[in-house]
Amino acid sequence: MSGAPALPETAAVYWRPRADARRLRQRGRTWTLTTVAHTVPYVATAGGLLALEPLTFPVGLVALAQAWAIPELYARRGANVIRPRPRAEEGPEQVALGLLGDLVGHDARELHARTGLVPERGALGVWLVGEAGAVLVARGGRRVFCWCVTVPEPDLPSADRVAHLLLALRSDEEGFATVANLAFSGAPWRLRRRMPPRARPALGVAIGMARVSSPSM
Amino acid sequence: MARLIRMDTTGHSTLAEWTAGDSDAEALAVAEFRRELDAGWYAVVSEGEGHARQVAELPLDAELVILRRPIAGG
Repeated sequence: MSGAPALPETAAVYWRPRADARRLRQRGRTWTLTTVAHTVPYVATAGGLLALEPLTFPVGLVALAQAWAIPELYARRGANVIRPRPRAEEGPEQVALGLLGDLVGHDARELHARTGLVPERGALGVWLVGEAGAVLVARGGRRVFCWCVTVPEPDLPSADRVAHLLLALRSDEEGFATVANLAFSGAPWRLRRRMPPRARPALGVAIGMARVSSPSM
Repeated sequence: MARLIRMDTTGHSTLAEWTAGDSDAEALAVAEFRRELDAGWYAVVSEGEGHARQVAELPLDAELVILRRPIAGG
């Protein structure tokens, strides 16, 4: 991926610091700490209630359910970025698919046909590009970042949506991560459970690719 | 033959084609390119897997120049 000129879209989010590997690591840690901060009070409440009065256990169970649900909701939000959108008519879809096929290699083409996601290796890790977002599997494969980013043109064929994001990503990976909105960061298994079943194999492929490259984020 | 294409609702549309040395076709392609950029499209030259280059002038030596819409965080 050539990192030279900034993606022009970064001008629209001028207040954001440009994403890079160090900032991503920080954002990942912050995300985890925030999630812990949201869940620990419920766990503590459940434990405290049980210690003070065992008969309050139904309330404690509700608190524990809340503690379980919060990370699940975050993961679900992350998985939503790669959910397929309504398709355009078959003709334009086929034309767009042809162009996308020309932009990627055989393996990526095959994975897209199976899962709807295109894998792309970058400096920050391995990306899975979908129609309305992308998942970055950080180098080492132990953390994912889900990015909500799209082309605000509702009538584009789905393969064209992927191609738009792919070309922007290839033009400026860090700029791409700057423009996109972070929807989730966490362990891959959290995301996997919430992904559409069809898309799950793509995550496995991306994790495998990310483990080949060195230090983890 | 080099092509200038635009990713749109049809899948993609070919806006211009030219061959090196055909100055009329090149001039038409450049004019079309500028019109599309003025209309808010961005131009990208795909440089093989993993590589693409954003361009503000039509690179006449490129095989394929693709016009795309701006992306935005959702």
